[in-house]
Amino acid sequence: MPFANYKTSVPVIVDADKCIANKGCRVCVEVCPLDVLVIDEEKGTAYMKYDECWYCTPCEADCPTNAVTVNIPYLLR
Amino acid sequence: MTQQAKYASFETDILVIGGGTAGPMAAIKAKEKNPNLDVVLFEKANVKRSGAISMGMDGLNNAIVPGHATPEQYVKEITIANDGIVNQRTVMAYAQNSFDMIQNLDNWGVKFEKDETGDYNMKKVHHLGTYVLPMPEGHHVKKILYRQLKRKRVNIINRYVSTRLLTGASGEIAGVIGVNSRTGEMVVIRAKAVILATGAAGRLGLPASGYLFGTYENPTNAGDGYSMAYHAGAELSGIECYQINPLIKDYNGPACAYVTGPMGGYTANSKGDRFIECDYWSGQMMLEFYRELESGNGPVFLKLDHLAEETISDIEHILHSNERPSRGRFHERRGNNYRERMVEMHISEIGLCSGHSASGVWVDEHARTTVPGLYAAGDLACVPHNYMLGAFVYGKLAGEDAADYCLDNDLPAVDQQQIDDEYARIMAPTQHSDGITPYQMEYKLRRMVNDYLQPPKVTTKMEIGLQRFAELREDMKYLSAADPHDLMRAMEVYAILDCAEMAARASLYRTESRWGLYHYRVDYPETDNDKWFAHAQLKKDENGEMVCFKRDIEPYIVELNDTEKDAYNKLRITSNQGA
Repeated sequence: MPFANYKTSVPVIVDADKCIANKGCRVCVEVCPLDVLVIDEEKGTAYMKYDECWYCTPCEADCPTNAVTVNIPYLLR
Repeated sequence: MTQQAKYASFETDILVIGGGTAGPMAAIKAKEKNPNLDVVLFEKANVKRSGAISMGMDGLNNAIVPGHATPEQYVKEITIANDGIVNQRTVMAYAQNSFDMIQNLDNWGVKFEKDETGDYNMKKVHHLGTYVLPMPEGHHVKKILYRQLKRKRVNIINRYVSTRLLTGASGEIAGVIGVNSRTGEMVVIRAKAVILATGAAGRLGLPASGYLFGTYENPTNAGDGYSMAYHAGAELSGIECYQINPLIKDYNGPACAYVTGPMGGYTANSKGDRFIECDYWSGQMMLEFYRELESGNGPVFLKLDHLAEETISDIEHILHSNERPSRGRFHERRGNNYRERMVEMHISEIGLCSGHSASGVWVDEHARTTVPGLYAAGDLACVPHNYMLGAFVYGKLAGEDAADYCLDNDLPAVDQQQIDDEYARIMAPTQHSDGITPYQMEYKLRRMVNDYLQPPKVTTKMEIGLQRFAELREDMKYLSAADPHDLMRAMEVYAILDCAEMAARASLYRTESRWGLYHYRVDYPETDNDKWFAHAQLKKDENGEMVCFKRDIEPYIVELNDTEKDAYNKLRITSNQGA
């Protein structure tokens, strides 16, 4: 059974200008209870890879540079 | 030899599974009792921000503070709220340790609301007694726990999904098997005692929004502990007493009428009228909520628009900075301003959670399960309406008792067959590149849970549900995980499926209605105390079958008088012109 690509817009937005993942910061990735954030090694920024957000906001609250914004997932807004 | 390469393995004295609320407390208290013990805290996410109180908590729902309430009053209230089906000893063990735990947390730096004289600022929310203590600055709880864990030298291991408990030759606990959600590596941890603190089964029903992770509970809590305890042979109790909560519609977080209640807010119908006397969550309250929701006066709202500006500002500060702080941004986008209009509410999907209702792993007053060396605490353990403070107290009881248990018991030998079987189960979804994704399987399963298990409960529907769950179990061999993260979700689907089957079987077993909406069976609408004044237990028998049976209710240690027994059955306001 082949897989389809099912695209969704993600609620957690990372501001690439502010994100310091390229300096080794992993705070948002570490604190996420659902483990939905990962580092894009090429761009040197964090991003939301899995659409499994509880909009709980530790990633935003703990980010040292205020680069992370948690929106309410679209289905719930 | 090849086994060596397949997985990592190590040993400890006490293994605590789940680093949310009860788990960290259990680990800390075990180390305080005996600093020489090795204590491992094993966590699916990261202990810094995991569990139900990831962003803190806005209040204690069950504080028993001298001068405001006594343990006896509290035991009575919880007994009545649970239609009599409680082991009062377990509730009393909580009640007697409640105030010491508040002071313990206070000493560690957790902030509770106090009046100008420094006394705790208690509020009345329950039907009978006064037990609510607000925590407007309660967002630091996890940081405070983390500091204590470091100070006590607890060994923290993050990002492992626990999948099966290991048992020894006599059925005693022997350890756990887990898999890393980032590397896919399996680990076997042998332990003398294991404390399960894995939280609620929060991904059982599908939220009305259709978003799998838009659950009331932290969706990390997928019911792993219920499933693991079941497969280890432990007794579970009250599974049919589902958790269903009144929430902000779509946001699916608590509207917290019981936080706003003492400040003048209340649950209202579309006309703005009160229809329940008491906003404290109980099955009886939920049944009235459900009836109003479905009636011509529905839906149901949180009403604050009659309050003074300074009161509303205080409420916003509490509700939008603690527990679920994104409530504020949800309201903003919807144009919900507490000052101007009521906020639409709805009921949650079903879940299993003793923190709010009663479904859990059976424990005694020392947090011991029926499996020697296995403890349970927090939302997972059957101590009704235990909430956050109950999780802390039972974490402490479990940690201290487990520390003693370790002194008298050696590390059990492990059964290699159990490890090999689990290795095969974990690796299966990684071994084919096509199949059914965990997302699809979970969506279908939870949609079936809504269709067939959600109250009002109907016998034939639940029987059809069991057939569908059996078909899904057949499909599990097609589960396909593209990466370790997907594998975590795949293993969670197994746990959710076990919880769904338990929920159906326990509900079918109890042929009466009880606890308001939590166990409202349309074809058995009456409460039958002659036949069903008993706990309904569930376990895996010697043949591997799921069986239900009754357990007698222990003689009460706090008697109820006849006028009190019905207090929670008279929640509807009768004089309401809208009702």
